[in-house]
Order: sequence, then structure tokens, then C-alpha cells
Amino acid sequence: MTFSMNDTFTVAGKIFSSRLIVGTGKYKNFEETKCAVEASGSEIVTVAVRRVNVSDPSQPMLVDYLDPKKYTYLPNTAGCFTADDAIRTLRLAREAGGWNLVKLEVLGDQKTLYPNMIETLHAAEVLIKENFDVMVYCSDDPILAKRLEDMGCCAIMPLGAPIGSGLGIQNPVQIRLIVEQSNVPVLVDAGVGTASDAAIAMELGCDGVLMNTAIASAKDPIRMAHAMKFAVEAGRAAYLSGRMPKKMYADPSSPLSGLI
Amino acid sequence: MIEIILNGDRHKIEQSTSLVVLLQNLKLDPLKVAVERNLEIVPKTTYQNVILLDGDRLEIVHFIGGGNKDFL
Repeated sequence: MTFSMNDTFTVAGKIFSSRLIVGTGKYKNFEETKCAVEASGSEIVTVAVRRVNVSDPSQPMLVDYLDPKKYTYLPNTAGCFTADDAIRTLRLAREAGGWNLVKLEVLGDQKTLYPNMIETLHAAEVLIKENFDVMVYCSDDPILAKRLEDMGCCAIMPLGAPIGSGLGIQNPVQIRLIVEQSNVPVLVDAGVGTASDAAIAMELGCDGVLMNTAIASAKDPIRMAHAMKFAVEAGRAAYLSGRMPKKMYADPSSPLSGLI
Repeated sequence: MIEIILNGDRHKIEQSTSLVVLLQNLKLDPLKVAVERNLEIVPKTTYQNVILLDGDRLEIVHFIGGGNKDFL
């Protein structure tokens, strides 16, 4: 299995061997978060930036369970609906963590959590000027994806279905178009519900998959994290293998000559 | 005593309190948080020198578990 060992993935100059990025929200407790992240094999975890509870500072903190030296913390702007809020949040994240790699996500609608691309483009421009390495959550429009890449975003992350919906990859054609045109990593961010969805994203040629709810909301999150690890590896290997062409009719696997 | 707005709430502190003293009083590890003062990031290296003024608006944040569906 040496081929998969050598199949690394590079974002903003950092090399990773796992192509699965997991969120750290919605778990029962930090212990479960830690076990699920370990089972997923992920090297990058998304985290949110929130106000410290000043009345009870003794509450446990995520950094006590997931060592930022072991995992790459990817601060995201989940919950931000304007470019200004997203920019403020990531400036704070950079000061809190001391690194430039961030995930930009500006939402446009409470019901669908669909990205607001106008605000996203504006925020990306400001952040890139301030030397952030911006991985960007975006719609599946290839024209906008190209624009984000041309601006200098270090990874393009279109949704496969609405955040937290678990509907799977609803837009394979668009995802494939974005994969084909991009010179930076493309990751499906949002929409994965189960392992086969992750495999489909990888078979389309994506460089990775980002998920949270599919693992955290499974009945057994740790086992699902394990399943996702294999699904991403399987999908990647299948993509690299080059699948057989689809045919309309049967084609026997056994030779027809020498039949009795 | 002066009054600042800390994470959206009124908070009374002694006059000439520095940011580093405020964090100590709140029992917060400066390495694990980030601070915004009147919409400007305060670099960690300057916590000692920043003296808080009446009416300052502070946001003190840290990393928590999050994916892509968390709301403020």
C-alpha cells in the first residue's frame, strides 16, 4: 500500500497525508470530539472563534483535548453573515492561534446556510491583502470558483449540499467542472451524510472533503469517523486508478471460447 | 473605578488597569485567547502596555469546537 502513503496533499505550502478535514462542533463532550478526530485520521480540524465565558473561565477548553501542535487548527467563520464579521473573526483567530491558514465562510440565508458570494469575495480580497491563507467555502459556480482562485485563495471548497443536510453530493457536474479547472486544492465542504458520499466526492477528483455533522450526528460518531477515513481513502484510490468506462450492455468477465 | 464593555456586558475595573492585569483577574491564560479593543486587534506582545480606558469595548475570544453550523 505504498502508493497511498505517498499520496500527499498540499495546501498553502503545508503537506498533509490525510485528505479528510473534520469539524469539532456538535459533539457530546470534548472527550468524544477527541476520539472522533483520532478515529478519522484527520490532521486538520476546523474550530470556531467565540467569546470567552468570563464568568466561568475554569470551563474546559478545546485546546486541552486537541493539541494545536499535533493538529492544524483551521479557524472558520461559521455563523458570520457579513464580510466585516468574518474579517474581524479571522483577525482575532490569527491573534489567538498565531497562524495564517483560515477558512472563510460567509453565509447568506438562515434557512439554507447558502454562502453569500458577494460578501465572500469582498472578505477574501481583504484577507488575502492581509496575508491570510484563505480556504474558501463557496457555491458550486465554476465562474466564481475561478475568480476566488485568481484572487489568491489557497483552496476552493464548494458545497455538495446544504450545510448539515446530509443529502450527499447533489451537484457532481459542477464539482467536476471546478476540479478540472482549478490549480489549487478543491474540497467538498458540506453536504456529506455518509461514507459513500465522501467516496463520491473523492472519485470526482476532489483533493479532500470537509465534514462535521455526518460524523457528529451519527449514532456512533467514532465508528462513523473511522468509516469516513476509509471512504476518503477508497474514493481517492478509485479516482487515481481510473475507473472502467460505463457501457450500456453486459460484457462477460469469463472467456467465451472453450465452452462445453 | 471605570466601566468597560467586556464581551457585550458592562464590567467595572480599577482605573489604570492594564490588559494583562485584567486577564489575570479573569483567570484567563493570555496564550489561549485573543483580544479586540474598540474593533482593533491587540497584539499579544502589547498586553502589558495597554491601559484600559473608561468606555473601552473589549472582545475576548478563544477557539471552541465548531464545524460549519455554529451561530453566535
